[in-house]
Amino acid sequence: MNDALLIELYIFVLAVFVGFEVVSKVPSTLHTPLMSATNAIHGIVLVGAMLVAGAAAQTGLAFLGFLAVALGAVNVFGGFLVTDRMLQMFHRGRSESE
Amino acid sequence: MSQAIAAAYLVSAICFMYGLKRMGSPATARSGNAIAAAGMLLCVVVTLLDQRILRFEAILAGIVVGGAVGAIGARAVKMTAMPQMVALFNGMGGGAAALVSAIEFLEARPGELRLDAAITIALSALIGCISFSGSLIAFGKLQAILPGRPIVYPLQRPINALVFTLVVALAAYLIVGPAGLPELAALLGVALVFGVAIVLPIGGADMPVVISLLNSLTGLAVAAAGFVLQNNLLIISGTLVGASGTILTRLMSKAMNRPLSNVLFGAFGQVKTALGPSGNGRYPSDVSVREVTPEDAAALLAYARRVVIVPGYGLAVAQAQHNVRELADLLQKRGVEVRYGIHPVAGRMPGHMNVLLAEANVPYPQLYDMEAINPEFPRTDVALVIGANDVTNPAARESPGSPIYGMPILNVDEAANVIVIKRSLAPGFAGIDNELYLNPKCSMLFGDAREALTKLVAEIKAA
Repeated sequence: MNDALLIELYIFVLAVFVGFEVVSKVPSTLHTPLMSATNAIHGIVLVGAMLVAGAAAQTGLAFLGFLAVALGAVNVFGGFLVTDRMLQMFHRGRSESE
Repeated sequence: MSQAIAAAYLVSAICFMYGLKRMGSPATARSGNAIAAAGMLLCVVVTLLDQRILRFEAILAGIVVGGAVGAIGARAVKMTAMPQMVALFNGMGGGAAALVSAIEFLEARPGELRLDAAITIALSALIGCISFSGSLIAFGKLQAILPGRPIVYPLQRPINALVFTLVVALAAYLIVGPAGLPELAALLGVALVFGVAIVLPIGGADMPVVISLLNSLTGLAVAAAGFVLQNNLLIISGTLVGASGTILTRLMSKAMNRPLSNVLFGAFGQVKTALGPSGNGRYPSDVSVREVTPEDAAALLAYARRVVIVPGYGLAVAQAQHNVRELADLLQKRGVEVRYGIHPVAGRMPGHMNVLLAEANVPYPQLYDMEAINPEFPRTDVALVIGANDVTNPAARESPGSPIYGMPILNVDEAANVIVIKRSLAPGFAGIDNELYLNPKCSMLFGDAREALTKLVAEIKAA
């Protein structure tokens, strides 16, 4: 096992703990926006898609890369916008009740 | 340059973690989402500077097309359709992760692939495909393109077991064998079939669990893609999502008092046989349920002191969240104390009812979760159940033979009166009768939730 992989595994394990810690404090009222926001965050695969799409030499692979980027972009743009729409309503609900 | 990019990725990772932390309170959640989005923007822009990127056509075209589709979809979707939209976006992420590792696999020259890269490629392709096709089936069920009930066919379990074995075998061959495009294509194909096979037999009411699980899977697929590309940002972000999805999946299974395996592997497939000849959603013909007119129901509500509203999926289907708020406002003006009791698995995704009621501007101090509202029912004059069924069924408390026995429920039958707004006596998702409707305290107001609430509002205004 090489050093780089070992460091990646460290990062993975620490991220598991951070994820559990941060998310377990979110109240059930916010579970839908939470899910939608985490959904948008895994759109980070867009970055990976950009890297492979931009490096692909063959036309076929470049097309697959295009597909990957497009799917990732749907995930990112759709995810953050829809979460914002939801949370906007939560905000409004609060200011009116005050 | 590559160090600057790595530093920017670190900032993005911090944005994601801090953004998620701010999701912990309604007051800060919106800014949390904005911070996470800013982190995303940063890393996407910075990635364009990466020297490994030689051509930009595919990238720019993909971002324009995907971004437009995502943005339009996010703007157009109704709040009631949120679960299927989240499922769809989730599937896209899973598909992208599978494609990324497929491209990495095809780019590598034969024999050149390191073992750890091969393992993570296989994992990412496998999980990404399952998440992609599974999410599409979940979308189809929620959008009512496919029937929401569990889809079962003969030999389902052996077939699923076979598909699963095939997936594992193909993944193993991809890792150790001299595999090429045909083997990769086979793995992707069978994994897609497996995603379909696993979600088809799951019913609509179990969707909160399934959507959480699929979200978690996509996160893990993305993390695996991060290992493939040796990209720490993908590992961190994917893992954060994987962890959060796992927490929600566990919470949802716990709220139904069923282990995850039971949700996934079709406990409800056995329900019909377990119920025997007297079951199958038919009430005995000699008992009658009490039906109530909108006038009487309105009078009962208007002269109550304490009312608890229990919303369910029927409220979402009828898009009646604004009508219920109107009713609550009228009652409050008359001095009635109105609260909402929300079951953790009401609706089709975690927190579904909270979002709908927030859309209708219901102040969230009025929303109570199950533990908080259950002790209040004995002091409640009227429990108004709107389009919720199984989460109010006393059989979960009292009948050890019932398939939902042991599921924590909202004890609406402890209120002095129960009014149930429901389209018909048809059983809920679990396919079982609700004894609540035979309770003398309970009266039924048949009809679409929206129409019924409109009538109630009109009656109370006239009173």
